[in-house]
Amino acid sequence: MSVIEARDLRRSYRTRTGLWKREKKVVEAVRGVSFAVEQGELFGLLGPNAAGKTTTIKMLITLLLPTSGSASVLGHDVVDDAREVRRHIGYVFGGDRGLYERLNALDNLRYFAELYGVPAREQKQRIGALLELVGLTGREKERTEGFSRGMRQRLHIARGLLHDPEVLFLDEPTIGIDPVGARELRATIGTLKGQGKTILLTTHYMFEADELCDRIAVIRAGELVAEGTPATLKQRVTGGHVMEVETFGMPESAVAAVRSLAGVSTAAVEERGQAQVLLVQVGPGAEVTSAVLGCLGGVNVGRVSSREPTLEDAYVELVSGQ
Amino acid sequence: MLVISWWLHLKMLAVSAFEGVFQVIWPLFFATTAFLVYRQADDPQVMVYAGLGAAVMGIWSVIATTASGVLQRERWLGTLELLVASPTRFALILVPITTAMATLGLYSLGSTLLWGWLLFDISVPVADPFLFVVSVVASILSIALIGFLLSVSVVRYRTAWALGNLLEYPGWLLCGFLVPLTLFPTWAAWISYVLPPTWGMEAIRLSASGDSPWAQVLVCLGLGIVYGAVGALLSETVLRSARRHATLSLT
Repeated sequence: MSVIEARDLRRSYRTRTGLWKREKKVVEAVRGVSFAVEQGELFGLLGPNAAGKTTTIKMLITLLLPTSGSASVLGHDVVDDAREVRRHIGYVFGGDRGLYERLNALDNLRYFAELYGVPAREQKQRIGALLELVGLTGREKERTEGFSRGMRQRLHIARGLLHDPEVLFLDEPTIGIDPVGARELRATIGTLKGQGKTILLTTHYMFEADELCDRIAVIRAGELVAEGTPATLKQRVTGGHVMEVETFGMPESAVAAVRSLAGVSTAAVEERGQAQVLLVQVGPGAEVTSAVLGCLGGVNVGRVSSREPTLEDAYVELVSGQ
Repeated sequence: MLVISWWLHLKMLAVSAFEGVFQVIWPLFFATTAFLVYRQADDPQVMVYAGLGAAVMGIWSVIATTASGVLQRERWLGTLELLVASPTRFALILVPITTAMATLGLYSLGSTLLWGWLLFDISVPVADPFLFVVSVVASILSIALIGFLLSVSVVRYRTAWALGNLLEYPGWLLCGFLVPLTLFPTWAAWISYVLPPTWGMEAIRLSASGDSPWAQVLVCLGLGIVYGAVGALLSETVLRSARRHATLSLT
Protein backbone atom coordinates (compact mmCIF):
# COMPACT_ATOMS: atom_id res chain seq x y z
CA MET A 1 0.00 0.00 0.00
CA SER A 2 1.33 3.44 -0.94
CA VAL A 3 1.57 6.07 1.79
CA ILE A 4 -0.13 8.74 -0.32
CA GLU A 5 -2.50 7.81 -3.12
CA ALA A 6 -4.43 10.18 -5.36
CA ARG A 7 -6.90 8.59 -7.76
CA ASP A 8 -8.36 10.73 -10.51
CA LEU A 9 -8.61 13.72 -8.16
CA ARG A 10 -10.64 16.62 -9.47
CA ARG A 11 -11.47 19.95 -7.96
CA SER A 12 -13.40 22.85 -9.43
CA TYR A 13 -14.18 26.26 -7.97
CA ARG A 14 -17.20 28.41 -8.67
CA THR A 15 -16.55 32.09 -9.12
CA ARG A 16 -18.83 35.00 -9.84
CA THR A 17 -18.09 38.06 -11.92
CA GLY A 18 -19.95 41.33 -12.42
CA LEU A 19 -21.88 43.53 -10.03
CA TRP A 20 -25.45 43.67 -11.33
CA LYS A 21 -25.55 40.91 -13.85
CA ARG A 22 -23.54 38.31 -12.02
CA GLU A 23 -22.14 35.50 -14.08
CA LYS A 24 -21.15 32.20 -12.56
CA LYS A 25 -18.02 30.56 -13.82
CA VAL A 26 -16.58 27.17 -12.97
CA VAL A 27 -12.80 26.93 -12.87
CA GLU A 28 -11.33 23.45 -12.99
CA ALA A 29 -8.20 23.71 -10.86
CA VAL A 30 -7.33 20.01 -10.75
CA ARG A 31 -8.42 17.70 -13.56
CA GLY A 32 -7.96 14.05 -12.86
CA VAL A 33 -4.65 13.83 -11.01
CA SER A 34 -3.41 10.37 -10.03
CA PHE A 35 -0.15 9.44 -8.36
CA ALA A 36 1.24 7.38 -5.51
CA VAL A 37 4.01 8.11 -3.03
CA GLU A 38 5.79 5.24 -1.31
CA GLN A 39 7.12 4.92 2.23
CA GLY A 40 10.17 7.11 2.86
CA GLU A 41 9.99 8.73 -0.55
CA LEU A 42 10.42 12.43 -1.23
CA PHE A 43 7.99 13.21 -4.04
CA GLY A 44 8.04 16.57 -5.81
CA LEU A 45 5.03 18.22 -7.38
CA LEU A 46 6.23 20.85 -9.84
CA GLY A 47 4.26 23.30 -11.87
CA PRO A 48 3.83 26.97 -12.69
CA ASN A 49 1.54 29.29 -10.72
CA ALA A 50 -2.13 28.24 -10.80
CA ALA A 51 -1.22 24.77 -12.08
CA GLY A 52 -3.13 23.11 -9.23
CA LYS A 53 -0.28 22.15 -6.87
CA THR A 54 -1.66 23.78 -3.74
CA THR A 55 -5.21 22.66 -4.50
CA THR A 56 -3.95 19.07 -4.80
CA ILE A 57 -2.09 19.34 -1.49
CA LYS A 58 -5.10 20.89 0.24
CA MET A 59 -7.28 17.99 -0.83
CA LEU A 60 -4.70 15.54 0.50
CA ILE A 61 -4.44 17.28 3.87
CA THR A 62 -8.25 17.43 4.22
CA LEU A 63 -8.69 21.21 3.89
CA LEU A 64 -10.63 20.86 0.64
CA LEU A 65 -13.13 18.25 -0.46
CA PRO A 66 -12.45 16.84 -3.93
CA THR A 67 -15.17 17.46 -6.50
CA SER A 68 -14.62 13.86 -7.62
CA GLY A 69 -12.02 11.16 -7.38
CA SER A 70 -10.50 9.93 -4.15
CA ALA A 71 -7.32 10.06 -2.14
CA SER A 72 -5.89 8.38 0.90
CA VAL A 73 -3.00 8.91 3.26
CA LEU A 74 -1.65 5.86 5.12
CA GLY A 75 -4.79 4.06 4.00
CA HIS A 76 -7.17 6.63 5.51
CA ASP A 77 -9.59 8.30 3.14
CA VAL A 78 -9.13 12.08 3.10
CA VAL A 79 -12.90 12.70 3.01
CA ASP A 80 -14.39 10.02 5.24
CA ASP A 81 -11.53 9.64 7.69
CA ALA A 82 -10.21 13.20 7.82
CA ARG A 83 -9.40 13.26 11.53
CA GLU A 84 -7.27 10.12 11.30
CA VAL A 85 -5.41 11.59 8.31
CA ARG A 86 -4.75 14.81 10.27
CA ARG A 87 -3.29 12.84 13.18
CA HIS A 88 -0.53 11.42 10.99
CA ILE A 89 0.44 14.29 8.77
CA GLY A 90 2.32 17.56 9.10
CA TYR A 91 1.65 20.54 6.87
CA VAL A 92 4.06 23.39 6.21
CA PHE A 93 3.47 26.17 3.75
CA GLY A 94 5.69 29.01 2.60
CA GLY A 95 5.21 32.70 3.21
CA ASP A 96 4.80 35.11 6.09
CA ARG A 97 1.44 33.98 7.45
CA GLY A 98 0.41 31.13 9.70
CA LEU A 99 1.83 32.29 13.02
CA TYR A 100 0.38 34.09 16.03
CA GLU A 101 2.31 37.34 15.84
CA ARG A 102 1.66 38.37 19.41
CA LEU A 103 2.92 35.12 20.85
CA ASN A 104 6.54 34.10 21.10
CA ALA A 105 7.90 31.11 19.20
CA LEU A 106 7.64 28.85 22.24
CA ASP A 107 3.96 29.67 22.82
CA ASN A 108 3.19 29.18 19.13
CA LEU A 109 4.68 25.70 19.37
CA ARG A 110 3.00 24.97 22.71
CA TYR A 111 -0.40 25.84 21.28
CA PHE A 112 -0.06 23.53 18.30
CA ALA A 113 1.47 20.80 20.50
CA GLU A 114 -1.76 20.93 22.51
CA LEU A 115 -3.92 20.80 19.37
CA TYR A 116 -2.00 17.75 18.16
CA GLY A 117 -2.30 16.03 21.52
CA VAL A 118 1.41 15.92 22.34
CA PRO A 119 1.51 14.77 26.01
CA ALA A 120 2.46 17.62 28.38
CA ARG A 121 5.47 15.69 29.78
CA GLU A 122 6.91 15.28 26.25
CA GLN A 123 6.26 18.80 25.03
CA LYS A 124 9.25 20.51 26.58
CA GLN A 125 11.76 17.98 25.30
CA ARG A 126 10.12 17.77 21.84
CA ILE A 127 9.92 21.55 21.40
CA GLY A 128 13.54 21.95 22.56
CA ALA A 129 14.74 19.34 20.05
CA LEU A 130 12.78 20.93 17.21
CA LEU A 131 14.05 24.42 18.00
CA GLU A 132 17.53 22.95 17.84
CA LEU A 133 16.77 21.22 14.54
CA VAL A 134 15.56 24.43 12.88
CA GLY A 135 18.22 26.63 14.47
CA LEU A 136 15.95 28.78 16.63
CA THR A 137 17.35 27.84 20.03
CA GLY A 138 17.77 31.02 22.07
CA ARG A 139 15.13 32.92 20.07
CA GLU A 140 12.11 31.03 21.41
CA LYS A 141 11.10 33.75 23.89
CA GLU A 142 10.83 36.41 21.17
CA ARG A 143 7.51 37.37 19.67
CA THR A 144 7.20 36.08 16.12
CA GLU A 145 6.13 39.50 14.81
CA GLY A 146 9.84 40.42 14.88
CA PHE A 147 10.97 37.26 13.04
CA SER A 148 12.50 37.38 9.58
CA ARG A 149 10.89 35.36 6.82
CA GLY A 150 13.56 32.69 7.14
CA MET A 151 13.00 32.38 10.88
CA ARG A 152 9.25 32.17 10.36
CA GLN A 153 9.71 29.44 7.83
CA ARG A 154 11.92 27.48 10.17
CA LEU A 155 9.34 27.88 12.92
CA HIS A 156 6.71 26.57 10.49
CA ILE A 157 8.82 23.47 9.94
CA ALA A 158 9.11 22.97 13.70
CA ARG A 159 5.34 23.37 14.06
CA GLY A 160 4.71 20.82 11.35
CA LEU A 161 6.93 18.28 13.12
CA LEU A 162 5.59 18.70 16.67
CA HIS A 163 3.61 15.47 16.68
CA ASP A 164 6.34 13.55 14.84
CA PRO A 165 4.17 12.93 11.76
CA GLU A 166 4.88 10.05 9.42
CA VAL A 167 3.98 12.09 6.37
CA LEU A 168 4.94 15.70 5.63
CA PHE A 169 3.37 18.03 3.10
CA LEU A 170 5.64 20.96 2.26
CA ASP A 171 4.02 23.57 0.04
CA GLU A 172 6.75 25.81 -1.41
CA PRO A 173 8.64 25.93 1.91
CA THR A 174 11.61 27.90 0.58
CA ILE A 175 9.65 30.60 -1.23
CA GLY A 176 10.99 34.08 -0.56
CA ILE A 177 13.90 32.93 1.59
CA ASP A 178 17.45 34.11 0.94
CA PRO A 179 19.84 31.56 -0.66
CA VAL A 180 21.64 30.72 2.59
CA GLY A 181 18.37 30.23 4.48
CA ALA A 182 16.96 28.15 1.63
CA ARG A 183 20.05 25.96 1.62
CA GLU A 184 19.72 25.36 5.37
CA LEU A 185 16.05 24.53 4.92
CA ARG A 186 16.89 22.07 2.16
CA ALA A 187 19.43 20.47 4.49
CA THR A 188 16.68 20.15 7.13
CA ILE A 189 14.36 18.54 4.59
CA GLY A 190 17.17 16.17 3.66
CA THR A 191 17.59 15.26 7.34
CA LEU A 192 13.86 14.53 7.63
CA LYS A 193 14.04 12.30 4.60
CA GLY A 194 16.98 10.54 6.21
CA GLN A 195 14.77 9.88 9.24
CA GLY A 196 12.37 7.95 7.01
CA LYS A 197 9.61 10.54 6.67
CA THR A 198 7.48 10.39 3.57
CA ILE A 199 7.44 13.88 2.07
CA LEU A 200 5.40 15.55 -0.63
CA LEU A 201 7.07 18.78 -1.70
CA THR A 202 5.87 21.45 -4.09
CA THR A 203 8.36 23.96 -5.41
CA HIS A 204 9.12 26.27 -8.31
CA TYR A 205 12.84 25.74 -7.98
CA MET A 206 14.16 23.05 -10.28
CA PHE A 207 17.55 22.71 -8.61
CA GLU A 208 15.73 22.17 -5.33
CA ALA A 209 13.62 19.39 -6.82
CA ASP A 210 16.67 17.94 -8.54
CA GLU A 211 18.64 17.94 -5.28
CA LEU A 212 15.93 16.61 -2.99
CA CYS A 213 13.32 14.56 -4.82
CA ASP A 214 13.33 10.85 -5.51
CA ARG A 215 10.52 11.29 -7.99
CA ILE A 216 8.84 14.26 -9.58
CA ALA A 217 5.43 14.86 -11.12
CA VAL A 218 4.93 17.90 -13.32
CA ILE A 219 1.47 19.44 -13.21
CA ARG A 220 0.18 21.82 -15.84
CA ALA A 221 -3.29 23.39 -15.93
CA GLY A 222 -4.56 20.84 -13.41
CA GLU A 223 -3.22 17.77 -15.17
CA LEU A 224 -0.10 15.68 -14.63
CA VAL A 225 1.99 15.90 -17.77
CA ALA A 226 4.99 13.86 -16.66
CA GLU A 227 6.16 11.73 -13.79
CA GLY A 228 9.48 10.08 -13.06
CA THR A 229 12.86 10.45 -11.42
CA PRO A 230 14.79 13.69 -12.08
CA ALA A 231 17.12 11.69 -14.33
CA THR A 232 14.20 10.28 -16.36
CA LEU A 233 12.73 13.73 -16.86
CA LYS A 234 16.09 15.13 -17.90
CA GLN A 235 16.37 12.39 -20.51
CA ARG A 236 13.38 13.91 -22.26
CA VAL A 237 15.63 16.72 -23.40
CA THR A 238 19.01 15.02 -23.50
CA GLY A 239 20.55 14.06 -26.76
CA GLY A 240 20.41 17.67 -27.87
CA HIS A 241 21.67 20.87 -26.34
CA VAL A 242 20.33 24.22 -25.18
CA MET A 243 21.31 27.43 -26.91
CA GLU A 244 21.05 30.62 -24.87
CA VAL A 245 20.90 33.97 -26.65
CA GLU A 246 20.96 37.17 -24.61
CA THR A 247 18.76 39.79 -26.30
CA PHE A 248 17.40 43.24 -25.58
CA GLY A 249 13.90 44.02 -26.85
CA MET A 250 12.87 40.61 -28.14
CA PRO A 251 9.56 40.64 -30.11
CA GLU A 252 7.20 37.65 -29.89
CA SER A 253 7.25 37.32 -33.67
CA ALA A 254 10.98 36.51 -33.55
CA VAL A 255 10.38 33.79 -30.92
CA ALA A 256 7.69 32.28 -33.13
CA ALA A 257 10.09 32.33 -36.08
CA VAL A 258 12.76 30.52 -34.02
CA ARG A 259 10.22 27.91 -32.91
CA SER A 260 9.38 27.11 -36.51
CA LEU A 261 12.98 26.35 -37.45
CA ALA A 262 13.92 22.77 -38.30
CA GLY A 263 15.90 21.16 -35.47
CA VAL A 264 14.41 23.40 -32.77
CA SER A 265 12.36 21.52 -30.15
CA THR A 266 11.18 24.48 -28.11
CA ALA A 267 11.96 28.15 -27.66
CA ALA A 268 11.08 30.28 -24.65
CA VAL A 269 12.08 33.67 -23.33
CA GLU A 270 13.29 34.24 -19.77
CA GLU A 271 13.59 37.73 -18.28
CA ARG A 272 16.97 38.33 -16.60
CA GLY A 273 17.21 41.93 -15.44
CA GLN A 274 17.21 44.22 -18.45
CA ALA A 275 17.84 41.34 -20.84
CA GLN A 276 15.58 38.69 -22.31
CA VAL A 277 17.32 35.36 -22.69
CA LEU A 278 16.07 33.20 -25.53
CA LEU A 279 16.31 29.53 -24.53
CA VAL A 280 16.32 27.28 -27.56
CA GLN A 281 16.24 23.52 -27.13
CA VAL A 282 17.99 22.01 -30.09
CA GLY A 283 17.41 18.44 -31.25
CA PRO A 284 20.26 15.86 -31.46
CA GLY A 285 22.75 16.57 -34.23
CA ALA A 286 21.05 19.78 -35.37
CA GLU A 287 23.06 23.00 -35.92
CA VAL A 288 20.78 26.00 -35.78
CA THR A 289 22.99 28.86 -34.52
CA SER A 290 23.07 30.81 -37.80
CA ALA A 291 19.39 30.20 -38.47
CA VAL A 292 18.40 31.39 -34.96
CA LEU A 293 20.52 34.53 -35.24
CA GLY A 294 19.01 35.08 -38.68
CA CYS A 295 15.54 35.20 -37.09
CA LEU A 296 16.74 37.95 -34.73
CA GLY A 297 17.46 40.58 -37.38
CA GLY A 298 17.03 44.04 -35.86
CA VAL A 299 17.20 42.70 -32.27
CA ASN A 300 20.16 43.70 -30.09
CA VAL A 301 21.98 40.47 -29.37
CA GLY A 302 24.45 39.98 -26.52
CA ARG A 303 26.15 36.80 -25.44
CA VAL A 304 25.42 33.51 -27.24
CA SER A 305 26.22 30.21 -25.53
CA SER A 306 25.44 26.52 -25.61
CA ARG A 307 25.08 24.09 -22.70
CA GLU A 308 23.82 20.67 -21.63
CA PRO A 309 20.08 20.43 -20.80
CA THR A 310 18.99 20.64 -17.14
CA LEU A 311 15.88 19.58 -15.28
CA GLU A 312 14.67 23.13 -15.69
CA ASP A 313 14.81 22.72 -19.46
CA ALA A 314 12.74 19.57 -19.17
CA TYR A 315 10.30 21.46 -16.95
CA VAL A 316 10.06 24.38 -19.40
CA GLU A 317 9.35 21.97 -22.20
CA LEU A 318 6.68 20.20 -20.19
CA VAL A 319 4.85 23.22 -18.84
CA SER A 320 5.00 25.16 -22.09
CA GLY A 321 3.04 22.30 -23.63
CA GLN A 322 5.26 21.63 -26.56
CA MET B 1 -5.74 21.53 26.03
CA LEU B 2 -8.71 23.78 26.81
CA VAL B 3 -6.96 25.59 29.66
CA ILE B 4 -3.67 26.17 27.83
CA SER B 5 -5.48 27.30 24.67
CA TRP B 6 -7.61 29.69 26.72
CA TRP B 7 -4.52 31.08 28.44
CA LEU B 8 -2.58 31.59 25.20
CA HIS B 9 -5.50 33.31 23.49
CA LEU B 10 -6.04 35.49 26.54
CA LYS B 11 -2.35 36.35 26.37
CA MET B 12 -2.72 37.37 22.73
CA LEU B 13 -5.72 39.56 23.47
CA ALA B 14 -4.26 41.07 26.61
CA VAL B 15 -1.00 42.22 24.99
CA SER B 16 -2.87 44.30 22.42
CA ALA B 17 -3.08 47.92 23.54
CA PHE B 18 -5.83 48.57 21.01
CA GLU B 19 -8.02 45.78 22.28
CA GLY B 20 -7.28 46.78 25.86
CA VAL B 21 -8.59 50.26 25.16
CA PHE B 22 -11.50 48.78 23.25
CA GLN B 23 -12.49 46.52 26.15
CA VAL B 24 -12.21 49.17 28.83
CA ILE B 25 -13.06 52.54 27.34
CA TRP B 26 -15.56 51.77 24.64
CA PRO B 27 -18.27 50.35 26.97
CA LEU B 28 -17.86 53.46 29.13
CA PHE B 29 -19.31 55.69 26.42
CA PHE B 30 -22.55 53.74 26.39
CA ALA B 31 -22.59 53.42 30.17
CA THR B 32 -22.18 57.19 30.49
CA THR B 33 -25.12 57.77 28.16
CA ALA B 34 -27.25 55.40 30.22
CA PHE B 35 -26.19 57.03 33.51
CA LEU B 36 -27.00 60.51 32.18
CA VAL B 37 -30.46 59.36 31.07
CA TYR B 38 -31.29 57.50 34.28
CA ARG B 39 -29.99 60.31 36.47
CA GLN B 40 -33.04 62.31 35.49
CA ALA B 41 -35.19 59.97 37.61
CA ASP B 42 -33.40 61.20 40.73
CA ASP B 43 -33.78 57.78 42.36
CA PRO B 44 -30.68 55.97 43.80
CA GLN B 45 -32.32 52.57 43.18
CA VAL B 46 -32.74 53.37 39.51
CA MET B 47 -29.04 54.30 39.33
CA VAL B 48 -28.09 50.94 40.86
CA TYR B 49 -30.30 49.26 38.24
CA ALA B 50 -28.54 51.24 35.51
CA GLY B 51 -25.07 50.63 37.01
CA LEU B 52 -25.45 46.84 37.01
CA GLY B 53 -27.16 46.83 33.62
CA ALA B 54 -24.46 48.97 32.00
CA ALA B 55 -21.74 46.72 33.40
CA VAL B 56 -23.20 43.54 31.88
CA MET B 57 -24.09 45.46 28.73
CA GLY B 58 -20.35 46.06 28.25
CA ILE B 59 -19.61 42.33 28.43
CA TRP B 60 -22.34 41.60 25.91
CA SER B 61 -21.07 44.27 23.52
CA VAL B 62 -17.47 43.12 23.73
CA ILE B 63 -18.27 39.47 23.17
CA ALA B 64 -21.05 39.86 20.60
CA THR B 65 -18.93 42.10 18.39
CA THR B 66 -15.53 40.50 18.79
CA ALA B 67 -16.42 36.79 18.97
CA SER B 68 -17.93 36.88 15.51
CA GLY B 69 -14.77 38.55 14.23
CA VAL B 70 -12.35 36.18 15.91
CA LEU B 71 -12.23 33.62 13.14
CA GLN B 72 -11.90 36.33 10.58
CA ARG B 73 -8.74 37.34 12.43
CA GLU B 74 -7.53 33.73 12.23
CA ARG B 75 -8.17 33.90 8.48
CA TRP B 76 -6.06 37.04 8.16
CA LEU B 77 -3.27 35.48 10.17
CA GLY B 78 -3.36 32.38 7.96
CA THR B 79 -3.88 30.19 11.03
CA LEU B 80 -7.48 29.13 10.36
CA GLU B 81 -6.38 26.43 7.95
CA LEU B 82 -3.79 25.20 10.44
CA LEU B 83 -6.45 24.96 13.15
CA VAL B 84 -8.74 23.01 10.85
CA ALA B 85 -5.86 20.77 9.73
CA SER B 86 -5.24 19.68 13.34
CA PRO B 87 -6.93 16.54 14.67
CA THR B 88 -8.70 18.37 17.52
CA ARG B 89 -12.45 18.84 17.07
CA PHE B 90 -13.11 22.29 15.73
CA ALA B 91 -15.62 23.10 18.47
CA LEU B 92 -12.96 22.39 21.11
CA ILE B 93 -10.60 24.78 19.34
CA LEU B 94 -13.18 27.55 19.29
CA VAL B 95 -14.44 27.36 22.87
CA PRO B 96 -11.17 28.51 24.52
CA ILE B 97 -10.91 31.37 22.02
CA THR B 98 -14.36 32.75 22.81
CA THR B 99 -13.91 32.06 26.52
CA ALA B 100 -10.70 34.11 26.46
CA MET B 101 -12.70 36.98 25.01
CA ALA B 102 -15.35 36.58 27.65
CA THR B 103 -12.69 36.68 30.34
CA LEU B 104 -11.50 39.95 28.92
CA GLY B 105 -15.11 41.12 29.22
CA LEU B 106 -14.48 41.17 32.98
CA TYR B 107 -12.36 44.26 32.39
CA SER B 108 -15.36 46.11 31.02
CA LEU B 109 -17.49 44.95 33.96
CA GLY B 110 -14.98 46.29 36.45
CA SER B 111 -14.30 49.51 34.58
CA THR B 112 -18.01 50.30 34.17
CA LEU B 113 -18.74 49.77 37.88
CA LEU B 114 -15.72 51.90 38.78
CA TRP B 115 -16.72 54.60 36.30
CA GLY B 116 -20.25 54.74 37.73
CA TRP B 117 -18.90 55.00 41.26
CA LEU B 118 -16.27 57.66 40.52
CA LEU B 119 -18.24 59.95 38.22
CA PHE B 120 -21.88 59.31 39.05
CA ASP B 121 -21.60 58.29 42.68
CA ILE B 122 -23.33 54.99 41.96
CA SER B 123 -22.51 52.60 44.73
CA VAL B 124 -23.76 49.09 43.93
CA PRO B 125 -24.53 47.26 47.18
CA VAL B 126 -23.70 43.57 46.90
CA ALA B 127 -25.59 41.71 49.61
CA ASP B 128 -24.06 38.32 48.82
CA PRO B 129 -20.63 38.63 47.14
CA PHE B 130 -20.31 34.87 46.58
CA LEU B 131 -23.63 34.56 44.77
CA PHE B 132 -22.86 37.80 42.91
CA VAL B 133 -19.61 36.30 41.58
CA VAL B 134 -21.42 33.04 40.70
CA SER B 135 -24.01 35.03 38.76
CA VAL B 136 -21.36 37.08 36.93
CA VAL B 137 -19.38 33.95 36.00
CA ALA B 138 -22.55 32.19 34.78
CA SER B 139 -23.44 35.25 32.68
CA ILE B 140 -19.97 35.45 31.16
CA LEU B 141 -19.88 31.74 30.36
CA SER B 142 -23.29 31.81 28.71
CA ILE B 143 -22.43 34.93 26.70
CA ALA B 144 -19.19 33.21 25.64
CA LEU B 145 -21.22 30.25 24.36
CA ILE B 146 -23.40 32.62 22.31
CA GLY B 147 -20.14 34.07 20.98
CA PHE B 148 -19.03 30.52 20.12
CA LEU B 149 -22.22 29.97 18.11
CA LEU B 150 -21.66 33.26 16.27
CA SER B 151 -18.04 32.46 15.51
CA VAL B 152 -18.98 29.09 13.98
CA SER B 153 -20.91 30.83 11.22
CA VAL B 154 -17.83 32.84 10.20
CA VAL B 155 -16.04 29.63 9.19
CA ARG B 156 -18.36 29.31 6.22
CA TYR B 157 -19.36 32.92 5.53
CA ARG B 158 -16.55 35.44 5.48
CA THR B 159 -18.78 38.43 6.13
CA ALA B 160 -20.70 36.82 8.98
CA TRP B 161 -18.55 38.81 11.41
CA ALA B 162 -21.03 41.68 10.83
CA LEU B 163 -23.65 39.55 12.57
CA GLY B 164 -22.13 40.49 15.91
CA ASN B 165 -22.57 44.20 15.26
CA LEU B 166 -26.13 43.54 14.15
CA LEU B 167 -26.99 41.76 17.40
CA GLU B 168 -25.34 44.22 19.74
CA TYR B 169 -28.09 46.83 20.19
CA PRO B 170 -31.08 44.45 20.10
CA GLY B 171 -29.25 42.47 22.79
CA TRP B 172 -29.12 45.54 25.04
CA LEU B 173 -32.88 45.83 24.92
CA LEU B 174 -33.95 42.20 24.79
CA CYS B 175 -31.70 41.05 27.64
CA GLY B 176 -33.11 43.66 29.99
CA PHE B 177 -29.81 45.36 30.70
CA LEU B 178 -31.30 48.83 30.91
CA VAL B 179 -35.03 48.45 30.26
CA PRO B 180 -37.30 46.16 32.30
CA LEU B 181 -38.71 43.31 30.24
CA THR B 182 -42.21 44.09 31.52
CA LEU B 183 -42.26 47.11 29.20
CA PHE B 184 -42.00 44.89 26.11
CA PRO B 185 -44.89 43.25 24.25
CA THR B 186 -45.36 39.56 25.06
CA TRP B 187 -43.82 38.33 21.79
CA ALA B 188 -40.62 40.27 22.49
CA ALA B 189 -40.47 38.94 26.05
CA TRP B 190 -40.46 35.38 24.66
CA ILE B 191 -37.34 36.20 22.66
CA SER B 192 -35.77 37.59 25.83
CA TYR B 193 -36.48 34.37 27.70
CA VAL B 194 -34.40 32.28 25.27
CA LEU B 195 -31.40 34.58 25.62
CA PRO B 196 -29.10 33.44 28.48
CA PRO B 197 -27.93 36.99 29.40
CA THR B 198 -31.54 37.86 30.33
CA TRP B 199 -31.35 35.27 33.09
CA GLY B 200 -27.77 36.15 33.95
CA MET B 201 -28.72 39.81 34.38
CA GLU B 202 -31.63 38.85 36.57
CA ALA B 203 -29.36 36.60 38.68
CA ILE B 204 -26.84 39.42 39.14
CA ARG B 205 -29.56 41.83 40.27
CA LEU B 206 -31.07 39.28 42.67
CA SER B 207 -27.71 38.40 44.24
CA ALA B 208 -26.83 42.08 44.62
CA SER B 209 -30.09 42.69 46.48
CA GLY B 210 -29.70 39.59 48.68
CA ASP B 211 -32.25 37.30 47.02
CA SER B 212 -31.46 33.78 45.83
CA PRO B 213 -30.36 33.76 42.19
CA TRP B 214 -29.91 29.97 41.83
CA ALA B 215 -32.92 29.36 39.58
CA GLN B 216 -31.83 32.15 37.21
CA VAL B 217 -28.20 30.95 37.29
CA LEU B 218 -29.26 27.44 36.33
CA VAL B 219 -31.53 28.63 33.50
CA CYS B 220 -28.74 30.95 32.30
CA LEU B 221 -26.18 28.12 32.26
CA GLY B 222 -28.68 25.64 30.80
CA LEU B 223 -29.50 27.95 27.91
CA GLY B 224 -25.81 28.67 27.41
CA ILE B 225 -25.13 24.94 27.16
CA VAL B 226 -27.93 24.62 24.58
CA TYR B 227 -26.33 27.40 22.49
CA GLY B 228 -22.95 25.71 22.88
CA ALA B 229 -24.38 22.31 21.86
CA VAL B 230 -26.04 23.83 18.78
CA GLY B 231 -22.71 25.49 17.92
CA ALA B 232 -20.82 22.22 18.38
CA LEU B 233 -23.27 20.32 16.17
CA LEU B 234 -23.22 23.06 13.56
CA SER B 235 -19.45 23.37 13.58
CA GLU B 236 -18.81 20.04 11.85
CA THR B 237 -21.50 20.71 9.22
CA VAL B 238 -20.28 24.25 8.64
CA LEU B 239 -16.68 23.08 8.43
CA ARG B 240 -17.56 20.48 5.81
CA SER B 241 -19.38 23.16 3.85
CA ALA B 242 -16.32 25.42 4.10
CA ARG B 243 -14.14 22.59 2.79
CA ARG B 244 -16.58 22.05 -0.06
CA HIS B 245 -16.81 25.75 -0.97
CA ALA B 246 -13.12 26.49 -0.32
CA THR B 247 -13.77 29.42 2.02
CA LEU B 248 -11.17 28.56 4.67
CA SER B 249 -8.27 30.39 3.08
CA LEU B 250 -10.22 33.29 1.59
CA THR B 251 -9.83 36.60 3.33
